[in-house]
Amino acid sequence: MSLIRDNASVLASAIAEGEVSSEEVTRAHLDRIAAVDERVHAFLHVDSDGAIAAAKRVDAKRAAGEKLGPLAGVPLALKDVLAMKGQPTTAGSKILEGWIPPYDAAVVERLRAADIIILGKTNMDEFAMGSSTEHSAYGPTHNPWDLDRIPGGSGGGSAAALAAFEAPLAIGTDTGGSIRQPAAVTATVGVKPTYGAVPRYGLIALASSLDQVGPCARNVLDTALLHAAIAGHDARDSTSINAPVPDVVAAALNADVRGMKVGLVRELSGAGYQAGVQQRFDEAVAILTELGAEVIEVSCPHFEYALAAYYLILPSECSSNLARFDGMRYGLRVGDDGSRSVEEVMALTREAGFGPEVKRRIMIGTYALSSGYYDAYYGQAQKVRTLITRDFTEAFEKVDVLISPTAPTTAFKIGEKVDDPVAMYLNDIATIPVNLAGNCAMSLPIGLAPEDGLPVGLQIMAPPMGDDRLYRAGAAVEAALVDRWGHLLIEEAPAL
Amino acid sequence: MKTVPFEEALTRYEPVIGLEVHVELGTQSKMFCSCSTNFGAEPNTQVCPVCLALPGAMPVANRAAIESIIRIGLALNCSIAEWCRMARKNYFYPDMPKDYQISQYDEPICTDGYLDVTVDGKVVRVEIERVHMEEDTGKLTHSGGATGRIHGADYSVVDYNRAGIPLVEIVTKTVVGTGALAPAVARAYVAEIRDLMRALGVSDVKMEEGSLRCDANLSLNRPGDPWGTRTETKNVNSLRSVERAVRFEIERQAAVLDDGGRVHQETRHFQEGDGTTAPGRSKEQAEDYRYFPEPDLVPIAPSREWVEELRLTLPELPSVRRARLAEAWVIGEFEMATLVNAGILDIVEETVAAGVAPDAARKWWSGEFTRAASERGVEPADLPVTSADIARVEELIASGALNDKLARQVFEAVLAGEGSPDEVVAARGLAVVSDDGPLLEAIDAALAEQPDVAEKIRSGKLQAAGAIVGAVMKTTRGQADAGRVRELLLERLGVEG
Ligand SMILES: [Zn+2]
Repeated sequence: MSLIRDNASVLASAIAEGEVSSEEVTRAHLDRIAAVDERVHAFLHVDSDGAIAAAKRVDAKRAAGEKLGPLAGVPLALKDVLAMKGQPTTAGSKILEGWIPPYDAAVVERLRAADIIILGKTNMDEFAMGSSTEHSAYGPTHNPWDLDRIPGGSGGGSAAALAAFEAPLAIGTDTGGSIRQPAAVTATVGVKPTYGAVPRYGLIALASSLDQVGPCARNVLDTALLHAAIAGHDARDSTSINAPVPDVVAAALNADVRGMKVGLVRELSGAGYQAGVQQRFDEAVAILTELGAEVIEVSCPHFEYALAAYYLILPSECSSNLARFDGMRYGLRVGDDGSRSVEEVMALTREAGFGPEVKRRIMIGTYALSSGYYDAYYGQAQKVRTLITRDFTEAFEKVDVLISPTAPTTAFKIGEKVDDPVAMYLNDIATIPVNLAGNCAMSLPIGLAPEDGLPVGLQIMAPPMGDDRLYRAGAAVEAALVDRWGHLLIEEAPAL
Repeated sequence: MKTVPFEEALTRYEPVIGLEVHVELGTQSKMFCSCSTNFGAEPNTQVCPVCLALPGAMPVANRAAIESIIRIGLALNCSIAEWCRMARKNYFYPDMPKDYQISQYDEPICTDGYLDVTVDGKVVRVEIERVHMEEDTGKLTHSGGATGRIHGADYSVVDYNRAGIPLVEIVTKTVVGTGALAPAVARAYVAEIRDLMRALGVSDVKMEEGSLRCDANLSLNRPGDPWGTRTETKNVNSLRSVERAVRFEIERQAAVLDDGGRVHQETRHFQEGDGTTAPGRSKEQAEDYRYFPEPDLVPIAPSREWVEELRLTLPELPSVRRARLAEAWVIGEFEMATLVNAGILDIVEETVAAGVAPDAARKWWSGEFTRAASERGVEPADLPVTSADIARVEELIASGALNDKLARQVFEAVLAGEGSPDEVVAARGLAVVSDDGPLLEAIDAALAEQPDVAEKIRSGKLQAAGAIVGAVMKTTRGQADAGRVRELLLERLGVEG
């Protein structure tokens, strides 16, 4: 077996069987990080001591005959937007440099409770604003498929860590596609669960009504196992759903789409989508049909306004959510030399601590919420949001899942779009509607675009609390492709 | 600052008032986290990730606080929203950890109620526009600098123990037509709110600890003209201050208008020392709080069943109770207001319940005990005298064992910690001289000293008897029953009483 290339479920059973220790698996990943991360830059912070100590605890538990969870002892990369007690947590921003949270996010508590080993914190666009991880204050992450290219964003660090075999599991967060688009461009799997399915307590908020924590891995089953470990109600998050979590693991093991009705969203393909992306997507549609699914075309007419609505709602919420970073209680403080007023210190801190994309969105959001503009911008965007939700509701009356390409293009070059915010925003055109409506979606690899040899992702979307459908359909497509290729697509990634 | 005498101002202008009262709820935990709300703890010891606004922390609404506000709304005759949301009020200030306050904006939980207050026998209906929920800020203390404000201070410290304590804001509609009663109406309204909160048991409403705070809005206009520009006076922290602040603003604004000036729309601060108001930050450029629905909290949708359940928990409202007691005790509005303002209504009611006649209970508490309490700087109810003590003393008076003067001496001793009324009577030998022998001796002596008075009484001028009775009381050092002395005297002189 290969300690760094095997899937999480394989590693977990090997650890449970005593074939290998968690400490060995963990050390292998720490060695891999040491070997490749200088080039990939997936991690902002690696907690070697904490990871090894946690691995030793798992090994001790096993030795003592205690029952272990299905992912016990397996290492994981944690997006740096989740508070982790005693570990730096920056959200990719200079303004939080040096802050050490005194508490664990709900998801981190669950990871620890599941005996999953947290290797460290992964890079991201500052406060999760971006689609390339270029907006990290700590420098970009490189796509393991081509180090000159972006790994997607905002969760580029987590996706790159998976693709570079630095971790078999990762946690991402998805506000407009930050789990799915990185998964698509790195040939990994990522799920944005139903809004409220995974507690947000301890997630540094970008846009509270859109943010969702989710699982990332290199295959569908591992993703499901991680999903099951982190999902479920938490009373500390008022928006957390208090209902049983759909059995996503059973769904991933039941890779059968016979009789499943699949809706192809007319508005999310064709013009604006790279030819090779469209080609692989069409092939995926053919596979679904071959597997016995009934694929029909559906229309979601309001999706064309999704991007515009999103770029009003998100900045509005983030302008408020990011107000707390004022230099008063934690993180950066600039200009406190005894000569300046508290307002000046706040302003200087925010001026120095936030990057240009963050400032841009804070300004847009401040404007959109201003009295006299609120109705025209924020208010109107909320109406569009309602219409998009209605589009989904009507579509799901006809079909079980919807599909589209995850991203319109494959990974672009670092620097290519960084000065063109609108071009950057267009990356999320297919992923944003799901966040606005609060339902769930998965991205999984479906091949390489012929023109550039880079990964393409398929997006599967399901209604709220229909997360299990994603895994059933995703596992079926994945199984068919593995049959065809003889291995997961990620195995074709160039050696680092 | 130029002012016009109050009465003169009212000859030319009509005041329009509006009141915003903030009440800190007495819930065990804060509005959005489980931190304690106890007053007076070491700074920054009752804090957590949520109320410090650490990155990632999220609020969860306190059900007990929502319950309290619904009960307040019901007591104020408001409609309770079937569905409403919290909103974020965005502004930067170091006492506010999130740099936004979770409050309510256009969807308050309680709307359109009223509260009747009585001033000088006149019932004024104060209409309530809204009652909404919000969280308190931390407390800033500024060191150095002359003003005690943040500007000019050498440094400031902030205590976040208060941050996140649930606050209820009760906003009146504009109150018009109160004329010269405006200051008294404002005071009576705040007093009524205070009593209501106490009766509901939702807050300890201690103005001195800031658990009830009032902002008073006031504008003046000439009769027939549209309303004038209003000022908002903050920092009004006692009932007396509410009245003084409104009165002063009437006097000040009248002077501004008399001079042809215009009143600035601004926040002013009440100065406890001289009873004036001073300008705070100007509101000429209205602050834009960029309100929007709080996305971290689910909407509040109190079921009708719950609201009706809460309605059943409403106590007798203070106004209803006062009317009931006034009728039972056969007293008027004025007497009742006196008891309320002196803060002795509860204890008088308790004393009556202990078997003391209402008049006697009122007399003791508003006279003797109010005086004793103010001498000691405590509330009358906190004096070391019980309703049972009063009942016992009244019994002794009724049996003739004590008279009023002796009874007062007994209470003095009780308050001084000398024991129960019976113990004091025994120890001090305080008892009415009830043996007729010594009384007759004293009467004879007095008659002998004042033969002309004796003659007058004999001739039927009974009012002259007082002089003899007085002399006897003096000889017996008050320990006689004046009624008995009179009886014996008339008997002695063979006059029909
Ligand atoms: Zn707290």
